Amino acid sequence: MYKILKKEKIGPNLNKFVIEAPLIPRNYQPGQFIVLKVDEAGERIPITIADADKDKGTITIFVQEVGKTTYKLGELKEGDSISDVVGPLGHPAKVDKIGTVVTIGGGVGTAIVYPETKAFKEAGNYVISIIGFRNKEHVILEEEMRKCSDELYVMTDDGSYGKKGFTTDELQELENAGRKMDLVIAIGPAIMMKKISEMTKQYNVKTIVSLNSTMMDATGMCGGCRVEVDGETKFACVDGPEFDGHKVNFDLLIKRLSAYEKQEKEALDRYKDCKIEK
Amino acid sequence: MDPREPMPKQEASERIKNFNEVALGYTEEQARREAERCIQCPKPLCVKGCPVDISIPEFIKLIVEGKYTEAARKIKEDDILPRMTGRVCPQEDQCEAQCVLGIKGSPIAIGRLERFVSDYEAENAEIEAPPVRAKKNKKVAVVGSGPAGLTVAADCARMGYDVKIFEALHKPGGVLAYGIPEFRLPKAIVGCEIEALKEMGVELECNVIIGRTITVEQLFEEGFDAIFLGLGAGLPRFLGVEGENLLGIYSANEFLTRINLMKAYKFPEYDTPINVGKKVAVIGGGNVAMDSARSAVRLGSEEVHIIYRRSRQEMPARNEEIENAEEEGVIFDLLVNPIGFAGDGKGWVKSVKLIKMELGEVDDSGRRRPIPIKGSDFFYDVETVVVAIGQKANPILLDATPEIKKNKWAYIDADGETGKTSMKGVFAGGDIVTGEATVIAAMGAGRKASRAIDEYLKTGKW
Repeated sequence: MYKILKKEKIGPNLNKFVIEAPLIPRNYQPGQFIVLKVDEAGERIPITIADADKDKGTITIFVQEVGKTTYKLGELKEGDSISDVVGPLGHPAKVDKIGTVVTIGGGVGTAIVYPETKAFKEAGNYVISIIGFRNKEHVILEEEMRKCSDELYVMTDDGSYGKKGFTTDELQELENAGRKMDLVIAIGPAIMMKKISEMTKQYNVKTIVSLNSTMMDATGMCGGCRVEVDGETKFACVDGPEFDGHKVNFDLLIKRLSAYEKQEKEALDRYKDCKIEK
Repeated sequence: MDPREPMPKQEASERIKNFNEVALGYTEEQARREAERCIQCPKPLCVKGCPVDISIPEFIKLIVEGKYTEAARKIKEDDILPRMTGRVCPQEDQCEAQCVLGIKGSPIAIGRLERFVSDYEAENAEIEAPPVRAKKNKKVAVVGSGPAGLTVAADCARMGYDVKIFEALHKPGGVLAYGIPEFRLPKAIVGCEIEALKEMGVELECNVIIGRTITVEQLFEEGFDAIFLGLGAGLPRFLGVEGENLLGIYSANEFLTRINLMKAYKFPEYDTPINVGKKVAVIGGGNVAMDSARSAVRLGSEEVHIIYRRSRQEMPARNEEIENAEEEGVIFDLLVNPIGFAGDGKGWVKSVKLIKMELGEVDDSGRRRPIPIKGSDFFYDVETVVVAIGQKANPILLDATPEIKKNKWAYIDADGETGKTSMKGVFAGGDIVTGEATVIAAMGAGRKASRAIDEYLKTGKW
């Protein structure tokens, strides 16, 4: 069992958890993820590690409530335990001194791009960050991102905070202003990563994305997470999760993410009905 | 000569509605009758056919004498998991294939007798932990809790070593837990056998991926003196044809893991879902293909096809499993090969494109090579596809440990007699060395590695 040491609601349906998982921080590097299973009957879901503390033996994750598993997680309190946590999984992000790095986070993807932004800054890069959210209520990690960015742009879809527009709009402005960009890291909803990759392909700027495909064991065993990169089938769990955005077949990824839409809705509806009855 | 005692089974019409075990096991009378057929050869050939050299005539004699618990313990001297091997070993190719009674009639049902006595012991006797020798104060790490790892853990614990097993998944058992279905190997039995290991003092930690959570190097730093790698093969093979990533196409690993380990057949009581359509095609002719097809039947599919590129004769699955599948209504489409999949325009698989095959000359595998018949391709409508054509080596641990040499198939290059790898103190066995094989072959490799580990820890010689 893995104890929840801290839980903080940081936005609508968005929680930050600090979890006791003594073995995971030791070999953790930015870009890696865990798989967790909430309870005996639970499913296994992958979640990117936002931070890890070697001394305390803890990891930090941000979880958006979207389905039954993440709702169940959201109902746990400090002191409660999660039945299974395993990691760190996947290849770490390749962090080098390249020059100017633009890191882009969409929604809860900001929590994933944050440790990488920090790592690129520490490696001596000039870091421009763009983070985008639905509205003011959903904005997360602004201060943390500001600390590790040379420039930070906060976007909201409705303009209720920061600049109005999508992360792509700000990227377009940087391009229009002729800003130097050596590398783009884009992490967020598949559709955002697709749009960003399409743009940067035109600008000829290398772009890394982190793929959130459906996983079960996340050790290469099931092949459920398969994605198409440069026309070849890859497993996001063991070959990724980070890939060259210009080579990813995003339409396939988006399709594959919808494989269990019907069951996910059924499970969530039943779960919520259950709660109401209680 | 008396005929072989038939195995009582759940009726096909009943069992396709549940996941309970199909074979029900011999009664005491049946076991006695079958055991009495054994002629107690002075030079028993059956033992030669067994990868772990079980004293077969001896345990059968104990059955004739009514000493069932003693018979089970006789087996356990050589095979620590008799309840499992009695169920899943391909006895017809091993011990039973050698039985002299098989020349003129049917061989002794050694597997069924093994199953009977080990179940009898579990149900009626105090499970006796095998005697553990004096503590040696040396630590052995076992990576993976499948058949190879469990064997090494038990053997090394018996020899007096401190043993800790690391398992990547949340439940132990490896393929016994995630792969082989409940109706062929009840998970409660797997659980029992693992509990017995813990009684012997073996430690078990789940949710640890060696190569990521802890590296091999770090295991040595933590004070382990020897490491056994029983990782399993682990990475599903796909066909590499057009449309293979369409929704509704599963690897057998994923399909079976969702069902067995995650209990998707109990959705929504369990959270993991699975998509099984009315018409299912399982690609492949091995035991895993049979397990997948029979699971699909139980999940309510109306039409389940096995698609295999050679003929029935070349099918690698056990006869018993092929027969069970046929009884359950699985349709066998032989001498056809999938060459692509077409989608429904919404991302889901709609049909499989097949080509007819004919058998040519004998190939490297000793079987006649299937050759496509030009222009014979056709489309066949399906809703779900399960690809069960084998596995490749899992790369996680080996990528993180370049000291361990791989062979040309990317499996671990380990000595066949000792399991020694190119890294000092590291042994390996099972599917990660040989590629996909059987439970008992992995246990045999574990047995050899245990002896070599003991030798190494006593002498320090590599």
